[in-house]
Amino acid sequence: MALKPEQPRTFKSARELRLRYHIPIAKTARFWDELENGRLTTTRCAKCGAIFFPPVADCSECRSSQMEWMPLSGEAVLQAVTRIDIKPASFAEEEPYLIAIGKLKEGVNVLARLVGTSVEVARIGMSLILRPARTREGNVWYEFAPAVGSRGKNSG
Amino acid sequence: MRRVAVVGVGSSRFGRRDDANLSELAFEAVKPAMDEAGVDSKDIGFASVGTVGTWYEEPLPAVVVAEYAGLNPTGLVRCEAACASGSGAFKVAHQSVASGESEIAMAIGVEKMTEVDTPTTIELIGRAGNYLWEFENVGITFAGYYALYASAHMAQYGTTEEQLAMVAVKNHKYGAMNPYAHFQKEITLEQALGSPFVAWPLRVYSCCPVSDGSAAIILASEQAAKKLTDTPVWVKAIGTASDTANLSKRPDYLGLRATMQASKQAYERAGVSPTDIDVAEVHDCFTIAEILAYEDLGFCEKGSGGRMIEDGETYIGGRVPINLDGGLKAKGHPLGATGCMMIAEVTRQLRGEAGKRQAPIKNGLGLAHNVGGTGHYCYVTILGRE
Repeated sequence: MALKPEQPRTFKSARELRLRYHIPIAKTARFWDELENGRLTTTRCAKCGAIFFPPVADCSECRSSQMEWMPLSGEAVLQAVTRIDIKPASFAEEEPYLIAIGKLKEGVNVLARLVGTSVEVARIGMSLILRPARTREGNVWYEFAPAVGSRGKNSG
Repeated sequence: MRRVAVVGVGSSRFGRRDDANLSELAFEAVKPAMDEAGVDSKDIGFASVGTVGTWYEEPLPAVVVAEYAGLNPTGLVRCEAACASGSGAFKVAHQSVASGESEIAMAIGVEKMTEVDTPTTIELIGRAGNYLWEFENVGITFAGYYALYASAHMAQYGTTEEQLAMVAVKNHKYGAMNPYAHFQKEITLEQALGSPFVAWPLRVYSCCPVSDGSAAIILASEQAAKKLTDTPVWVKAIGTASDTANLSKRPDYLGLRATMQASKQAYERAGVSPTDIDVAEVHDCFTIAEILAYEDLGFCEKGSGGRMIEDGETYIGGRVPINLDGGLKAKGHPLGATGCMMIAEVTRQLRGEAGKRQAPIKNGLGLAHNVGGTGHYCYVTILGRE
């Protein structure tokens, strides 16, 4: 007698948990204000000179809380790149997208979306520009794009 | 610090385990570990539970696991070190015995990852790191993080997609021989290379599956161990390290600094070198991670990890057989269970109990390398027969 494969017995919880975090940004709010006006900035320790990205209120090098704001040039070099084909639940509606890490001229790395190229064309070491952008939800943020004149394969 | 031995190991079958809840799954490891050691719950002075959670319903997993296994009123803690939570739990249990606070302690690793849908699991793992700066407006995934390392390693050292696929082929070969493994079937190089991309350049067969599972380890002082077993496996050293939450804060993407630092510490404390290791379990959550591990653990020169798998150096009969239980790739990676499962496997190898998967043991030394997150945490544990 053939046995029907049994569905595993699970208890489907009737309680749905919805979480939406309110993340404090008061101490680095200037970053968002400047970005809203099209300017990329970060913090530098006024005491020891260490530059941070993301911007921080406290220096992890010398533990000073005297930070000053500085502009970022946006000039970067591609360090690493990927294309996200299998997406997280909250990004499910998007087409596959590129994410890159670029080293900025100021010496700090940034992880952000990379637009205007593909993984087939992009080459580690190519020049990028980091620029303000908006997310799909309309939040002000930033993204990489190939620098003008940088064609990936040919840029070495 | 006293000498401490592993005197009992146990594990559940890994896989999609809809048939068991968190406590029942943990019990599948706790019972054989206690039976093998010949101890009762009243003998256990301290218990630690390694688990990450959020994908199952219990906010206090250690307490439900301990109650179900009859461990109350034993002292208890839940340990979180991301994918290295099991090794974190092992370290805490080890410390309890080494310090003299307990004669016998137990580390339990357990994870139940399939109670929510897979995109939600991918989201929760992708959030690991720095949530606001690397996930909220970017949408990275765990595979994506390791894919960034892969892109840099391939560009710098010429590591190839074929070499990545060879890691998957090896680990599936040994997984097919392991009755506890999630995937017990061999795959071909063509299958691996033909599978769809998850996060370029990583494909489906470059990634470990989402699994449920558990493993448990009983640790004992030298005095207690000698009464309990004729085949104690000694904890020679545990090396630990950490690295930045933001991936962007690392100087390069060619290796995991936490692995380099934790392994250096472990080798020094044990007084051994990488060439002394007979068999190793390394953290292959993605194929690139195994290649990075070869290099960062000192099994080969930096940049030659791809060549090491291509030359078959990490198969049985090679220079150092690695992941003979199928690794995370084929055996599965229930996050909290992994560290304890690695220690269970190295223990079985050193005792000569691994059957068809048995590595030749010359120096009596094995190593377990467990990475948490994308190199956020690292634990390197060296075990020995002497």
